[in-house]
Amino acid sequence: MAYTEELKNLIKVVEKTRPERVETKRMGGGFPPMSLEERADILKYHPDFKEEGRREIKIGPSKGYRIPNEMVDLLEARSRVDPDAIDLSQIDYETDVLIIGGGGAGTAAALLAQEHGAKVIIANKLRHGDSNTIMAEGGIQAASKLEKDSPAYHYLDTIGGGHFKNDPELLFTLVTEAPDVIQWLEDLGTMLYKFPDGRLETLPLAGFCRKRGHTAGDTTGMEIMRTIRDEARNRPDDITVLEFSPAVELILNEQGHCAGVVLYNMETEEYFIAKAKAVIMATGGCGRLHIQGFMTTNHYGATADGLVLCYRVGVGLRFLHTVQYHPTGIIFPEQIEGALVTEKFRGAGANVVNIDGEQFVYEREPRDVESSAIIRECMERGKGVPTPIGRLGVWLDSPMIDILLGEGTVKRQFPGKVNQFERYGIDISKEPMLIYPTLHYQNGGLEYKFSGETSVPGLFVAGEVGGGVHGENRLFGNSLLDVLVFGRIAGTNAATYAQEKAKEGKLTLEHVKAYHKQLEEAGIVTDRVAPMLLPDYTDPKVRERQLTAHYVGTLR
Amino acid sequence: MSSTETKNETATEEIAAEIKGKLIPIYIMGHKYEVPETLTIMKAMEYAGYKFIRGCGCRDGKCGACSTVYRKPGDYHIYNALACQTQVEPEMYLTQIPFYPANRAIYNYEELTPVPEEIFKLYPELFRCVACNACTKICPKDIPVMDVVSYLKQGNITKAAELSFDCIQCGLCASRCMGELPQYHIFQLARRIYGGKIAPKAKHLAEAVIVIKDGKYDEMLHELMNTDEKELRKIYEERELEPEITGEDWRPKDRKFLLEVES
Ligand SMILES: Cc1cc2nc3c(=O)[nH]c(=O)nc-3n(C[C@H](O)[C@H](O)[C@H](O)COP(=O)(O)OP(=O)(O)OC[C@H]3O[C@@H](n4cnc5c(N)ncnc54)[C@H](O)[C@@H]3O)c2cc1C
Ligand code: FES
Repeated sequence: MAYTEELKNLIKVVEKTRPERVETKRMGGGFPPMSLEERADILKYHPDFKEEGRREIKIGPSKGYRIPNEMVDLLEARSRVDPDAIDLSQIDYETDVLIIGGGGAGTAAALLAQEHGAKVIIANKLRHGDSNTIMAEGGIQAASKLEKDSPAYHYLDTIGGGHFKNDPELLFTLVTEAPDVIQWLEDLGTMLYKFPDGRLETLPLAGFCRKRGHTAGDTTGMEIMRTIRDEARNRPDDITVLEFSPAVELILNEQGHCAGVVLYNMETEEYFIAKAKAVIMATGGCGRLHIQGFMTTNHYGATADGLVLCYRVGVGLRFLHTVQYHPTGIIFPEQIEGALVTEKFRGAGANVVNIDGEQFVYEREPRDVESSAIIRECMERGKGVPTPIGRLGVWLDSPMIDILLGEGTVKRQFPGKVNQFERYGIDISKEPMLIYPTLHYQNGGLEYKFSGETSVPGLFVAGEVGGGVHGENRLFGNSLLDVLVFGRIAGTNAATYAQEKAKEGKLTLEHVKAYHKQLEEAGIVTDRVAPMLLPDYTDPKVRERQLTAHYVGTLR
Repeated sequence: MSSTETKNETATEEIAAEIKGKLIPIYIMGHKYEVPETLTIMKAMEYAGYKFIRGCGCRDGKCGACSTVYRKPGDYHIYNALACQTQVEPEMYLTQIPFYPANRAIYNYEELTPVPEEIFKLYPELFRCVACNACTKICPKDIPVMDVVSYLKQGNITKAAELSFDCIQCGLCASRCMGELPQYHIFQLARRIYGGKIAPKAKHLAEAVIVIKDGKYDEMLHELMNTDEKELRKIYEERELEPEITGEDWRPKDRKFLLEVES
């Protein structure tokens, strides 16, 4: 849908101030960057710093840790099933390594576990590959050009980005395994962008001191995901994929080792028992929790299920007090809300301006600072631009780019975005975009070691669901790398564990009962159940008429 | 504060339901629903009361879970859409095709050689293409599907890989194919053969893997791991930045964390 008359009138205000802003930019001037004090000050508008947005978890291994309410709601919730109603003697599936989640981390784990002799089951909530991995655009980091780069610079960049809080052991593993991962992708036939002589193209991505971002155009994640998924499909004798079958509970055995999962077939609404010698948690992120009401870039199944399941068996949490918001998410047209507008627009010269056509922030502040300034402009200063459904955003003045760098630059450099807006009758080389911060990435997660192990024997973690390697803030291109590095490690080590260390024992869900008891003892009386599995976007009026549906995930 | 504040704070997709805009009739698998005219097909179906299990993945045009076909009144054409990307139209009648069975050949990638015969052997149905072009017409990503098939028949794997690069494997092509080809699986095979066996390998990468695996950087890294935060901040802030617009021949002046390697 093209801009409404109201918005078109507001665009005229932006056009009025544009020539002067362009002139300033040409002279190398513009809105000044913030000082470190100003930055610290404006961060109080960042959602992470909103105290009423967080609360302490009352029970469990990280009791007392303050994290977003939406996460605590899920942790302080009951199991979807009555543990006593489940017959653990009835085994429906049996395997060496069971992987929960078939995104990048889970699929990489499956391939390596298989190569180390394991029979593997991947249980996925949606189709194999429907994940955050397939959505990644920009690139994947690795120091592959040692004449100007090294794992040490990669280490430095990443730890600086993470506020110097990153787990050094995890980070060491990340940067030293990185080139190997790229070579693995190359050997599997991933179409990475190369020069004619085979040299890899590498892009400068935000926060890095070297051009280290390997890409497959602006669909890097898709190219990686479909390649490794294709390879998994070549090994059907050893790798079984169960789709639309999320894990809803971990099963332990009497030794306290992880020994399987309860699966839920969302279509037939049956529960199944899968027994395994080792389990890898690879369920990805949490964007669909819409923390503090934010829209998100994440896929439909990003509901933090893995955090809930592992927390119940005693795995602790870290760095979940920080969540990454991307400053420029589309807020209009509403059809494509939440979707990313890359930082490269601001890099190319587009100002961020308010309803009066005025600049209020330097456009190249770090992500958290930029986001905070936009939120303040809309929420406190009343200078946001209202959308037809009553939300607020600010303008990203993309037409400046063509004026500054020559007619046609926007179309040439951003064909994907031009196309996406064109469908709604908006020409972003002539009209600005309306944007607002969007929930992008779960910086923290479950505690795990560089071997992929957790505090529970037989339970491994890989990918966005884990926390530590990115510290308090993940840098662009480090996450695709994370999921492949730690997916491969978890797969390898889980296979070895299954062969050498796993112990037989009676299966139990006593931990679930104990968790329920802890809830009661902490005075938490609730009918919430978790994991959530899928978000609910039904019209409330329709919901009122759906008299027999519970609307907690897909539970009826 | 203003009422708009609370609006942004519930800025989830649920808000679709609050849209006051004009309602239009659409037919979901033949059943009529009145939905706000501004919604995508996906959000309109949720507005109408559907809760997706299948037919919904990335919600951003990238995964191919939501392929949809529809017709308009008085028009014999069949139209394609990604439900998450396409706005509803009055009187459209639509169905999603969340799954379509397609034959996928199993192969040993390592043993494949980069010759077209390998593809012919795995997918002999390639030659059943009758050049009707229905696949190209239905493709929501505007891939010239039939041309890609033709290039493959001619043995041009490289061209097929390049032209099919945007494929999101939604399967609509296979659903329309008179020759019963699983185009998207065949193209995946072509891309993997190109990417791993035709495109030249990156020599600098192979070298880097060996040197790093050899532990040549371990000492340097362990030193950083044991540096206190204050010092680390200093090193971080002082590190030399590669300018954005440079060629491949740029070399840093500060070689503190570099080793002399061949290249
Ligand atoms: C729009 C976007 C752009 C991005 N761009 C980049 C980029 O350019 N570079 C970069 O490095 N990173 C990028 N990222 C981040 C990166 O893509 C992700 O962090 C990463 O791919 C996560 O991989 P994963 O395997 O941990 O999780 P996912 O890929 O999300 O996979 C998790 C899988 O588990 C499934 N699942 C969830 N719950 C359950 C359950 N209970 N049972 C069974 N299965 C379950 C999910 O459905 C999903 O299929 C981007 C992310 C987004 C959203
Ligand atoms: S839901 Fe992924 S393409 Fe539409």
